[in-house]
Amino acid sequence: MTLHYIVPGDDFTRAGEASGDLKRKMKKLGFPSDVIRKVSIALYEGEINMVIHAYGGEITAEISSSEIDLTLADTGPGIPDIEKAMQDGYSTATEQVRNLGFGAGMGLPNMKKYTDEFQIESEVGVGTTVRMKVYNHS
Amino acid sequence: MSEFFHSVTLDRDKCLGCTNCIKRCPTSAIRVQEGKAKILSERCIDCGECIRVCPHHAKIAVCETLDILERYEYTVALPAPSLYAQFNNLEGPGTVVEGLKLLGFDDVFEVAQAAELISDATRKLINSGKAPMPMISCACPTISRLIRIRFPDLIEYMSPLLTPAELAGKLAREKACKETGLPPEKIGVIFITPCPAKAASINMPIGLDKSNIDASIPIKEVYPRLVGLMHRAEDTCDISDSGRAGVRWGSSGGEAHALLSDLYLAADGIENCIKVLNDLEDEKLNYIKFVELNACPGGCVGGVLQVENPFLAKTKIKSLIRYMPPYRNVLHTQEIPDDFRWTYKLEYLPVMQLDTDMEKAFQKMDEIERLIKKFPGLDCGSCGSPSCRSLAEDIVRGYSTEEACVFVLRDEVHQIADSLSRISGIQLGRKKAAEAEDKED
Ligand SMILES: Nc1ncnc2c1ncn2[C@@H]1O[C@H](COP(=O)(O)OP(=O)(O)OP(=O)(O)O)[C@@H](O)[C@H]1O
Ligand code: SF4
Ligand code: SF4
Ligand SMILES: [Mg+2]
Repeated sequence: MTLHYIVPGDDFTRAGEASGDLKRKMKKLGFPSDVIRKVSIALYEGEINMVIHAYGGEITAEISSSEIDLTLADTGPGIPDIEKAMQDGYSTATEQVRNLGFGAGMGLPNMKKYTDEFQIESEVGVGTTVRMKVYNHS
Repeated sequence: MSEFFHSVTLDRDKCLGCTNCIKRCPTSAIRVQEGKAKILSERCIDCGECIRVCPHHAKIAVCETLDILERYEYTVALPAPSLYAQFNNLEGPGTVVEGLKLLGFDDVFEVAQAAELISDATRKLINSGKAPMPMISCACPTISRLIRIRFPDLIEYMSPLLTPAELAGKLAREKACKETGLPPEKIGVIFITPCPAKAASINMPIGLDKSNIDASIPIKEVYPRLVGLMHRAEDTCDISDSGRAGVRWGSSGGEAHALLSDLYLAADGIENCIKVLNDLEDEKLNYIKFVELNACPGGCVGGVLQVENPFLAKTKIKSLIRYMPPYRNVLHTQEIPDDFRWTYKLEYLPVMQLDTDMEKAFQKMDEIERLIKKFPGLDCGSCGSPSCRSLAEDIVRGYSTEEACVFVLRDEVHQIADSLSRISGIQLGRKKAAEAEDKED
């Protein structure tokens, strides 16, 4: 089944709504808890990035009994150097964002770590699209 | 005994079917069908929220009364620490202890004593570095039951140690056997409870084969009699065996405070606890060492079987402990005794799952999404389910029908009315045509 979520760009307290909803649904569907955890952590990091670094965006979650396929698309400022952005600890977060407890530069590395497939495409001035897959091994 | 024992039950005669309760249930366990509320047994966690909100007092907590003392040769009362917070100008817990004896109990074993031992053991466990962190308290049975049905990932983080009430029950019985020479079954160990959740956990403990406690009596049941007796007990206030650390367990933050570490979090109120559990599940609180969760506002002082306003009760605990020693009970061994621990680990009960077969669960979920589009999204509760989504789920599970929704019903009635008027319109037309034909003839 396919689920769509709109991530609003102006309110970081609402980031987590999509990952929360998907988590609830995956529990109802009976996915093993480690699969749910991976999906939920990776999606939450993605949501936060869309709010903090872009102006919100859209999430599409394609779920089947064999895998969870996530697409996070935004029309934000884009990432000039993806290789750098993927490094542990690299962050362009402002002082203000850091004071909120974000900006450790671990979001993208964690998304890669917790998922089985990870792709990121970005064009400066156009936007960023992250595709992630988590397999259901049960 | 049925698979699920609950203290919280419905008094059918009093229930008006007003649906006030259905939305307040944190596990969506209540439905109103055929004009009466109904609790879905496998979901109920005995939190007592529905008792709090029912304007008709139709939700009740089933416990024992003081009559139960007759059933045993020797009885021991286990007062919850929060009992001490119900009285004005209490000089010390000893007055309550003495009052309970005047009430008819042969002896009293303060739960606060056991609480101090559990705090000591928990501290040792955390310092050993062997337990998964953050450790989640299991002192509130509502929270343990909630984790069991909704947060399977967090089960391994739950404290392996007994609740203070269970440990107190065990120690109290051992002491009574020794002192009286009676066999264990002749001794009645009775907990004075602040809430239905603790009452339910005696009848159906999770983690033990059998509870160490025989029965529970609500605080509000003993309170009126106790107040009358306590002035006679006034001069005996130094007979308490508990200290500040144990008594503080009665209000939120007390349990965590006794660990002597700042890396803790203490939340109270069921919705707040659910938020914390969600954050724990998402690994957002990894730097914390201990998580204390109390389902009731303010902690056990906010239990539905209490008498005093919970916020005032909190203040009373503060002034009561001011001149008490920091603690009076410590564990004398470095090793934590085996009988301080639960026999079994909690087991996940996937009661929220749509189907055990995942493909079927997917079909049901698709059907739910399809049905939801038909409903107005007002979550009005008239259908007897707490929200439009849960009505859709109930239909898919076979517990309800689309027509339970007044809006769907109204549309259907309109459609029928439209067809009726169309049919009668056609008939009218036919009649007129026939009349015209008649004229032409
Ligand atoms: N959707 C996005 N649009 C634009 N830039 C992004 C986006 N996502 C990430 N970035 C850039 O990549 C950097 C690294 O992202 P990452 O999520 O790893 O760290 P962070 O968000 O800065 O901090 P943390 O995730 O630990 O709170 C960000 O600082 C930002 O410059
Ligand atoms: S609140 Fe619930 S239990 Fe109380 S009368 Fe209304 S429907 Fe019945
Ligand atoms: S006691 Fe709590 S969980 Fe049980 S039906 Fe009432 S509100 Fe729901
Ligand atoms: Mg990030």
